[in-house]
Amino acid sequence: MASSFTARALVKRYGSVTALDGVDVHVEDGELVGLLGPNGAGKSTLVKIGCGLVRASAGEALVCGARAGSREARSAMGYLAELFRFPGWATADELLTLHQRLAGSSGGAAERGELLDLVGLAEARRRRVEEMSKGMQQRLGIAQALVGAPRFLFLDEPTSALDPGGRRTVRRLLEELRDRGIAVLLNSHLLSEVELVCDRVAILSRGRIVAEGRPSELARPRGVEVDVDGGTRLFAGAVRDDAPRIVAELVAAGEQVYGIRVLSSTLEEIYLEAVGEEAG
Amino acid sequence: MRGVPVVVAYALRESLRRRVFLVVLVLTAGFVALYWLGANQAFATIDENEPPPAAVLAGVDDRTLTGATLFGLSMFGTLFLGAVLAAFLTLGVVRGDAERGLLQPLVVRPIGRGALLLGRFLAAAAVCALYVLVVFALNLWITWSAGNWRPDRIAEPAVQLAAAVAVIAALSLFGSIFLSSTANGIAVFMVFGAGLVAGLLGQIGEVLDSDTLARIAEVSAWALPFEALYQDGLNAITADESGFTEFALQLGPFGGAQSAGPYLWPWTAAYLIAVGGAALVAFARKDL
Repeated sequence: MASSFTARALVKRYGSVTALDGVDVHVEDGELVGLLGPNGAGKSTLVKIGCGLVRASAGEALVCGARAGSREARSAMGYLAELFRFPGWATADELLTLHQRLAGSSGGAAERGELLDLVGLAEARRRRVEEMSKGMQQRLGIAQALVGAPRFLFLDEPTSALDPGGRRTVRRLLEELRDRGIAVLLNSHLLSEVELVCDRVAILSRGRIVAEGRPSELARPRGVEVDVDGGTRLFAGAVRDDAPRIVAELVAAGEQVYGIRVLSSTLEEIYLEAVGEEAG
Repeated sequence: MRGVPVVVAYALRESLRRRVFLVVLVLTAGFVALYWLGANQAFATIDENEPPPAAVLAGVDDRTLTGATLFGLSMFGTLFLGAVLAAFLTLGVVRGDAERGLLQPLVVRPIGRGALLLGRFLAAAAVCALYVLVVFALNLWITWSAGNWRPDRIAEPAVQLAAAVAVIAALSLFGSIFLSSTANGIAVFMVFGAGLVAGLLGQIGEVLDSDTLARIAEVSAWALPFEALYQDGLNAITADESGFTEFALQLGPFGGAQSAGPYLWPWTAAYLIAVGGAALVAFARKDL
């Protein structure tokens, strides 16, 4: 499978501060990868290097096979910044038209309509940005990032200003993007959201990747919990394969079994373990 | 560079929607109205009164003296308003817009940073140049209708003022890469003021016959070519005058007029290319 985004031994120094210290990350085509880490871990710097906004001190970043920041790389990607603003005087339609021209998209009104529909802003086509709520602007930002049918998206905290309904819209949108084969590097603090939608996660701490893999691979077994007559019994150290044996032994011992759960660590626990005292 | 026209259109639309033009139009209307009043009063005064015997004896043409002084004043006002417009259209283009989060969504598009900068410059220069030409023409008409006087050269000083504001726009755009909007605005107007002070120093140096002052003024005018363009433009409006009238004009409040010679336009073009090139290099290396 080809790689939509690759970072190899990426280093970024701001004076004496090392923001990235030899980061290796890759996102396969059509894959949705969550980038996690505490504030100051280097997540936004990594995304900005990928977009060509920041120059790496050392190492290499490639977007769809092209050097990050090159015209080819920028043609293949879309980007939603963490802290962005659109001109307040522009309507949603005007903003998307501008980005179509900048991206060289020939999608016209059909593309704009489809994108606004996708982010739930079909009714706000002629509304000015300054008349939109923060959440609406964030959804418009996602639509803007999708202009020109990019193969790869950098989304930096795309749900930070959204209410639960808006987050669900974005979650569905991310699933839709995956169905369309668009790869995404999602930088987010919302672990539950990342756990729900991402194929893989990479956890950054102090400029280094400290954990990477599928959430299920990173999770550690925490035992098996069984609901019986006397309450809930925990079989610590047991794993999924032990569940039939545990149930059989309980039934043989005359217990009534009402429910069984295989426990594993949550992404939050994995995250806190990985970043240690830096969390919070 | 296919993105340049897109950026130019965006910048023009932004100026219109942010009502920059409206504010400038209101200010300009006030300036032009005051100039109309002043020109009519001045010419009415010389029409009503006999010129001083000494002036008659020296052969000073009071209509030319009044017209050229007034029109020199209007050129200064026009340049100042053009500089204000140029600064406000460009002072926050890079760092200011990046700090507000407006720049990043544009820069990541495939048009490239060079096209963005060039588009912004062309839009600002075109708007400011057009503005200066229109105000110049209005003041020309006012001076003619009030006093039946017109400058010896018309196209030359008009184009020089237009080029001067384009130079100011380029300097402001260059400054916007390094400075925040407020700091850049202050810097642009300090540079503008420095150019004018250099012109006044040159005038003083000429009266005192001081080579040092004249040299400082000359070097400053070439280092800031908007000043050299302005001085050459001022010189052009009385290019055909001679004798005591010419001498009296040189002593006047806007006598910073100096002919810059044949190298002014090549130097201005080279200066713009150098500032533009430095801006492109600095912008290309800037982390946003």
